[in-house]
Amino acid sequence: MAELTAVVGIGQTKYQAKRLDVSMPGMIREAAERALADANCTWKDIDAVIIGKAPDLFEGVMMPELFLNDAIGGAYKPMLRVHTAGSVGGSTGIVAASMVQSGVHDRVLCVAYEKQSESNATWALSIALPFSLATVAGAGGYFAPLVRGYIRRSGAPEDTGIRVAVKDRQNALRNPLAHLHLEDISFDLVANSPMLWDPIRYLETCPSSDGACAMVMEKASLASKRSGKVAWIHATEMRSEPTMFSGRDQVMPRATLDNAAALYKKAGITNPRREIDCAEIYVPFSWFEPMWMEGMLISERNEGWKMTYEGATAIDGDFPVNMSGGVLSSNPIGASGLIRFAEAARQVRGLAEKHQVDGAKKALGHAYGGGSQYFSTWIVSSEKP
Amino acid sequence: MSDANEAANEPIAVIRTPISLDYHYSAGQSASRFLRAIAQGKLLGQKCPVDGRVYFPSRGACPQHGVTFGDEVVELSDKGTVVTFSIVRVPSENIPLELPYITINVLLDGADTILIHVLDAKLEDVRMGMRVQAVWKPKEEWTTSTANILYFRPIDEPDASYDSYKEHI
Repeated sequence: MAELTAVVGIGQTKYQAKRLDVSMPGMIREAAERALADANCTWKDIDAVIIGKAPDLFEGVMMPELFLNDAIGGAYKPMLRVHTAGSVGGSTGIVAASMVQSGVHDRVLCVAYEKQSESNATWALSIALPFSLATVAGAGGYFAPLVRGYIRRSGAPEDTGIRVAVKDRQNALRNPLAHLHLEDISFDLVANSPMLWDPIRYLETCPSSDGACAMVMEKASLASKRSGKVAWIHATEMRSEPTMFSGRDQVMPRATLDNAAALYKKAGITNPRREIDCAEIYVPFSWFEPMWMEGMLISERNEGWKMTYEGATAIDGDFPVNMSGGVLSSNPIGASGLIRFAEAARQVRGLAEKHQVDGAKKALGHAYGGGSQYFSTWIVSSEKP
Repeated sequence: MSDANEAANEPIAVIRTPISLDYHYSAGQSASRFLRAIAQGKLLGQKCPVDGRVYFPSRGACPQHGVTFGDEVVELSDKGTVVTFSIVRVPSENIPLELPYITINVLLDGADTILIHVLDAKLEDVRMGMRVQAVWKPKEEWTTSTANILYFRPIDEPDASYDSYKEHI
């Protein structure tokens, strides 16, 4: 039987295009110290450290976990680096949780980050493979044809993506940590923004951000003694699949469907749309909101767009999604998954301030990565399972 | 002197430290056979022994079933169907194409996997199901590379039905 584990501290930096005032270690330290302060801990109280970031080629710093060891308090403690492409933030949280759930450690710190101002992610994601032609410009170049496939098969109205983009940017205005605060965001502004990777418009894509997110997790016997609010981890799940094989459904990969079913089973959830109060879903391009509503079995197949269209995913809807503004409003890539997990935990702790969903008790955190081939998710709650 | 002092007080925010990487890549038996064939203008696929699906390009093993392919090869046509596409208006330092350009996920006739390539067509003409054919470099320039195919272009054939390619999106 796994040890029941809780999130007891969360720290984030302000997400922005360039953090030129701090180095990479300084930025990570900032998030970690805020998480420790939130957890009312010091570095001495941490048994092990887990760090995650996206591909090393982004900043060009190979094995950054080596030179970051001191900044994240890893000296003379177990330290582990996680990588699962864009989903890495989520996986980092899950690995940290498993360190406590397994009974190996009592209290663990995890940190995930990206410093995109020192990086060129589009270049790093457009590398020519041996003997082949490079044509896919960055992540958008890979995902745009899949979005087109989703529109074709679902019959979703062409402006669904625009509506997601407006909604997430409006939510970001409630979140002081969000990178993008577009005060004048509107349907027309998104609709008239340049088409980058048809059918994905400029304002339907995520920004490039600098930032770090950290969390402290501990076992129930410690967390139960706390007077402050904690987020109990009810279930975690991860799945992967190959990037390419014949007949692979790239729009709705089996890995996401299997992941969702396994997650809900562990969490004892039979009707996710009714039982989950809100969700932070990895949506780097607007259309992935309806796609992952289906991929997470929250909506019927080919009907995810209706949730967007009918306002169900708005902050005052029946299934709020990306209350923080989501990846569309802040995207330090390696941290983005952990931010989703952290925002889910903030909601059930009742500490999400202006983007709090009233009475949220159970929340979903979600990340995906690679060619829609890595999925990391968790369910957290204000109550013990 | 005062300029030097002011410069000394400016924070060093970002420095560029270029590196270069040279790769030595061993193609392996299967990819070597594929590359030798493409140097002759032939497109070779391989069949998965479990479900009989034809992989192109083949890496010698099935990613889904985890089995090695046998020696049997299947020669494919250089015609195919556009399964899905995008029009790219974002530059990348690694891609020497003029913007905007059309990327296509193309299903070659006889293959059961898609190839990602470029289409030379009017932007308003590209569509799912469009029939296309490879345009090759001049024969004397062929090497062991998929870059022997410059791009695809539309051909005068009726569009493929959605059902015939929908599982490859």
